Amino acid sequence: MQAFARLLDALSFQPARNAKLRLIETYLGETPDPDRGWALAALTGGLDFPAAKPALLRGFGQEKISEELFVMSYDYVGDLAETLALIWETDPAAGPPPTLGEVVETLQRASRSETPAILKRWLDSLDATGRWALLKLLTGALRVGVSARLAKQAAANIGHQPVDAVEEIWHGLSAPYRPLFDWLLHGAPRPSSNAGGAFLPPMLANPIDRAELDTLDPAHFRAEWKWDGIRVQIASSGGVKRLYSRAGEDVSGAFPDIVDAIDFEGVFDGELLVRRETAVAPFNDLQQRLNRKTVTPKMLKEHPAHVRLYDVLWLEGQDLRGLSFDQRRARLEAWIAVKERPRFDLSPLVSFRDWTHLAEQREAMRTDGIEGLMLKRADSAYLAGRPKGPWFKWKRDPMLADCVLMYAQRGHGKRSSFYSDFTFGCWRDGAEGKRELAPVGKAYFGFTDEELRWLDKWVRDHTTNRFGPVREVSHGLVLEIAFDGIARSTRHKSGVSMRFPRINRIRTDKPAEEADTVDSLLRLVP
Amino acid sequence: MTTDTLAPTALNPRSWLYPTPRGLYCEPGDFYVDPAFAVARAVITHGHGDHARPGHRAALATPETLAIMRARFQDMPDTVQQPLKYGESVRMGEVEVGFAPAGHILGSAQAVLAYRGQRIVVSGDFKRRPDPTCPPFEPVPCDVFITEATFALPVFHHPSDAGEIGKLLRSVATFPERTHLVGVYALGKCQRVIRLLRQAGYDKRIWLHGSLLSLCKLYQDHGIDLGDVAPVSEAILETFKGAIVLCPPSALADRWTRRFADPIAAVCSGWMGVRARARQRGAELPLIISDHADWAELTQTLKDVGAPKVWVTHGREEALVHYARSIGIDAEALHLAGREEEES
Repeated sequence: MQAFARLLDALSFQPARNAKLRLIETYLGETPDPDRGWALAALTGGLDFPAAKPALLRGFGQEKISEELFVMSYDYVGDLAETLALIWETDPAAGPPPTLGEVVETLQRASRSETPAILKRWLDSLDATGRWALLKLLTGALRVGVSARLAKQAAANIGHQPVDAVEEIWHGLSAPYRPLFDWLLHGAPRPSSNAGGAFLPPMLANPIDRAELDTLDPAHFRAEWKWDGIRVQIASSGGVKRLYSRAGEDVSGAFPDIVDAIDFEGVFDGELLVRRETAVAPFNDLQQRLNRKTVTPKMLKEHPAHVRLYDVLWLEGQDLRGLSFDQRRARLEAWIAVKERPRFDLSPLVSFRDWTHLAEQREAMRTDGIEGLMLKRADSAYLAGRPKGPWFKWKRDPMLADCVLMYAQRGHGKRSSFYSDFTFGCWRDGAEGKRELAPVGKAYFGFTDEELRWLDKWVRDHTTNRFGPVREVSHGLVLEIAFDGIARSTRHKSGVSMRFPRINRIRTDKPAEEADTVDSLLRLVP
Repeated sequence: MTTDTLAPTALNPRSWLYPTPRGLYCEPGDFYVDPAFAVARAVITHGHGDHARPGHRAALATPETLAIMRARFQDMPDTVQQPLKYGESVRMGEVEVGFAPAGHILGSAQAVLAYRGQRIVVSGDFKRRPDPTCPPFEPVPCDVFITEATFALPVFHHPSDAGEIGKLLRSVATFPERTHLVGVYALGKCQRVIRLLRQAGYDKRIWLHGSLLSLCKLYQDHGIDLGDVAPVSEAILETFKGAIVLCPPSALADRWTRRFADPIAAVCSGWMGVRARARQRGAELPLIISDHADWAELTQTLKDVGAPKVWVTHGREEALVHYARSIGIDAEALHLAGREEEES
């Protein structure tokens, strides 16, 4: 438990992805089974202790110190679990601290009435970091900035395997994952992926532009619209029905309308959309449905989910991934023609004579629900990961606006000495007819390292005010901002919100007065 | 003010030692203890900037503290310097003044003031755990004990130094291609962390930010072996990969850091025990190493000195006053000028 606590502690302060990976790899490599497996379960969100809930901890603090002191402590720390971990003193007589395996296995078995006494004994034997980690485990949400995907990546790395090889078998495994580590570290055979509802790692596309397209033969490619939703996988076998995000996260809980409508077996690739009648709703509507634990009937009615299918990986007990795109497409079209399913439809192919013809169609399609085009080689097998060559995404050109830099904030980790988060604004008429800038967005990428150094210096040389890590700058620098979409927003002062804003160019040639207005941005809203 | 623990005829300690806008004033001795401004006669407990200020006409302190003050204040040619060793005493006006070790930093002392049979100990800043750079705190029985309260909340239990240094060395082993930048206060913390690293067996060169050099030299001159240390500015063809570099905390987010290999920012301070505080400081590797007593040390010290009266100053007075009263001590807060939350 202490080693796992040290890992969580280090992860919680380490912002960089690669450093987090290194920390987890080191831990998994050094820690014996079953503790490392339980740790992997905790990091991937796979642990739950029904009888041990944070509410049990109420009153624990007042047993140790007076209520006045507890209140002063809690006021200062601001987090109940942390306060408790800090005020509790290690009791040297309490014996050695528990292992992680002991904690998990005991809590899974303990009843609600036994749990408080067990917890107190552990709190006595652990140090402050250990107590903090134990209480985090109870709350279920570790909040150390590690996604399930990242934890699996670390596990794959210690066995020198691609993460997709772990993803593919993941849903057939259960904690503490001994067969997984036996395979990764000790040369045992890879566990099987035939389990019900298993996630199959998806095939991803590389970006392409017009110039590169001209080097390719259009006859080898098929085109589909690139829908502005969320890539999902439907996996249904052995009575288990699941909906996964592209990263392998099980999102079935948030989309019961889709899961309930799965009356078939197979693994399909498609785009999750909110659809009303025949129209695809804007991405914002889909966002309302994401990251929810429970979905209200109202939500289900007003934001009905839909999956637009574009590939099939398994069907009728057969793995189709080795077939060509054209062969899989034929199977998919034949399957969908058999039965009408209102929650599912087929993403149509876009026919074209040559790249110019396709470019014209791409330009003409200005609806909200389409981000651009997907190009897939007719002979391409379904390969996990992002192979170079078979699949491309040809996104619609981003929208551009000239904005004025207003505030800059220091970054994190590697960028902590740089002003690297930029808030920019556009002009509007303020009080008494005076022109003023209203913030329209924030960007922290899009620039090269050299441009960042230049921007950092510009910010330092033009600071007019400081608020902690934020500097206000004089309104003299125009940034050309690229963004993929724009919508009206009540949460933003300016009334607009941009999708994926990034700094496209630094326009030192343009006077700030000539930057765009909020009105001109509003005209871009579809 | 309550005086019911003293006999009605007894001397009221507040009548001869009390706070003024310039600092804590001892009337029958006509001197200030750690005054916030330049005064005629000062008794200085230790060399940190909020206790030792320049410009006094006369200053009484330990020889080490006077050396620190000379190093920081251009030799102090206009101050009459009166060195007084631990365990010795001197008469100032009608008051006997002595020094006892405080265990805070090199030269740090508790001022022991005796007047008409009454003894008040002004402890200054102190800690109780061993420090390889100074002698340990000595509890002195007294009538009134004036205690600091920097970490006077039950949430502050500083873990063992060895464990925290182990955390740093483990991180160096995990990220051998990166530079570990360790933010330390220039006086005391810096030299203690170097000694702790040496005690843990780390014998490689430790690199120093320029602002740490003069005080490290002073510690070395006082016989404290810092091992192989060198200023960053003198590095030739050094990539700093895998190196430990010490700097003041303010330099951690400075452009100065850009010369290092993908640095990891470590911060050494008692505040690192609280996660929100560590995040505010931008620490990627918080190390809980403090030169101030934690809650257990503060409360143990009240028991050890056995003073019926305790005055609590700079920090979280409220919690310590509450605790002291709960064990029958007549405690109250003492508000002194010029004490801010410092690097601890």
